[in-house]
Amino acid sequence: MHEMSIAHSLVGIIKQEMDKHGVTKLLRVKVKYGRLSAIVPEALETAFEAMTMDTELQGASLETEEVPLVAKCRECHKEFSPEGDLMIMTCPHCSAEFGHEIISGKELYIDELEAE
Amino acid sequence: MQIKVIRKILEANDQVSDQLRDMFQEKKILVLNLMSSPGAGKTTLLESTLTDLKDEFNMAVIEGDLQTSNDAERVAATGAQAIQINTEGGCHLDGSMVLEAANQMDLNQVDILFVENVGNLVCPAEFSVGEDYKITILSVVEGDDKPEKYPLIFAESKVMLLNKVDLLPYVDFSLEKASNFARSLKNDIEIYPVSAKTREGMDSWYQWLRKEVKTKKSA
Repeated sequence: MHEMSIAHSLVGIIKQEMDKHGVTKLLRVKVKYGRLSAIVPEALETAFEAMTMDTELQGASLETEEVPLVAKCRECHKEFSPEGDLMIMTCPHCSAEFGHEIISGKELYIDELEAE
Repeated sequence: MQIKVIRKILEANDQVSDQLRDMFQEKKILVLNLMSSPGAGKTTLLESTLTDLKDEFNMAVIEGDLQTSNDAERVAATGAQAIQINTEGGCHLDGSMVLEAANQMDLNQVDILFVENVGNLVCPAEFSVGEDYKITILSVVEGDDKPEKYPLIFAESKVMLLNKVDLLPYVDFSLEKASNFARSLKNDIEIYPVSAKTREGMDSWYQWLRKEVKTKKSA
C-alpha cells in the first residue's frame, strides 16, 4: 500500500501548482502511470480520497490513465507494444522473445489539473 | 482553468535519493538496495555475505523492517555495523528514512552498504534510496512466474539472486523460465543461482561484489 505515500506526494505537488497559478478550488487531477509501474489505480483513488478528506481539496476527482508498455526489440530494433499478459514478450516483427529494451511503461507523473 | 503540470509524483523522493547518491559517491561506497518478498532469504544471504567477506571489505547494513529489530540483531552478530529502521507498517523504505539512518552511521571506512528493504515485491521498486543498484532476491520456493507477476522490480534490478537452490529437487521451479522472464524485462540483468545456507553458487555473487567495489573505488 505505497499508494498512501504516493497520494501524499501528489497532494504536495497539487498545492504547489495551485499556489503558483493562484487558484483555490481543485476540480480534477489527472495522473498517468506506466503499465509496468506498481500502481493499483483503485488504491490510489482511495488513498487520494482519504488524504484530501476535510481539506480544501475535498471533492476533487482523481483521474488515472495507464501508459502502455512499449518495448524495442533487441534483434530488429523495431518498437512494439506487448498485448495481454507479459508472460512472453514476442516481437511481432521478427519473433525474438527476450532482452527487449523497455521504452515506456514505468512512468508515474501528474499530467494536468483543473482548478478555479 | 486547466493547468498542464507534467511532474513526477515522487520527485521529492528522487531529490533525497540524489542527495544520498552524491554523499555515497564522495565516500566511494558501493550501495545496494536488496529487495525480495518476505521469507526469500534476504537476511540469511546478508549473514553469509557479511561473514564470508568480513576480511576483505568493511560492510554496513541498513535494515528495513515493519516492526522488529530481529534482522538487525542477526546482521550485527556477524560484526558488521547495522542500523534498524522500523517503518511501523510502511511497506517500503524511502530516501528520507535512509538519509536519517545514514546520518547516524560511521560511513568513513565503509566499502559496501547494504540496504535491506522491507519484504515486498511491489512497493520498494518505486522508491530510490540512493543506491547504485537494486538487487532482487527470488527464492525457488516462490514460483518461477514471479518476474512476470511483479515486472517493475525485475525491470529495475541489476542482479537477480535465485536463492535456496538447495531446495530445487523438491519444488517445481525452472531456473531457465525465471531467468528468461527476468531477461525479457531487463536485457542485461545478471542472474546468480545461490543457496545462502549451503553456500552453493555464492562465489559468483562475491565475484560480482569484488568487481563492483573495484569499479567504485577507481571511479
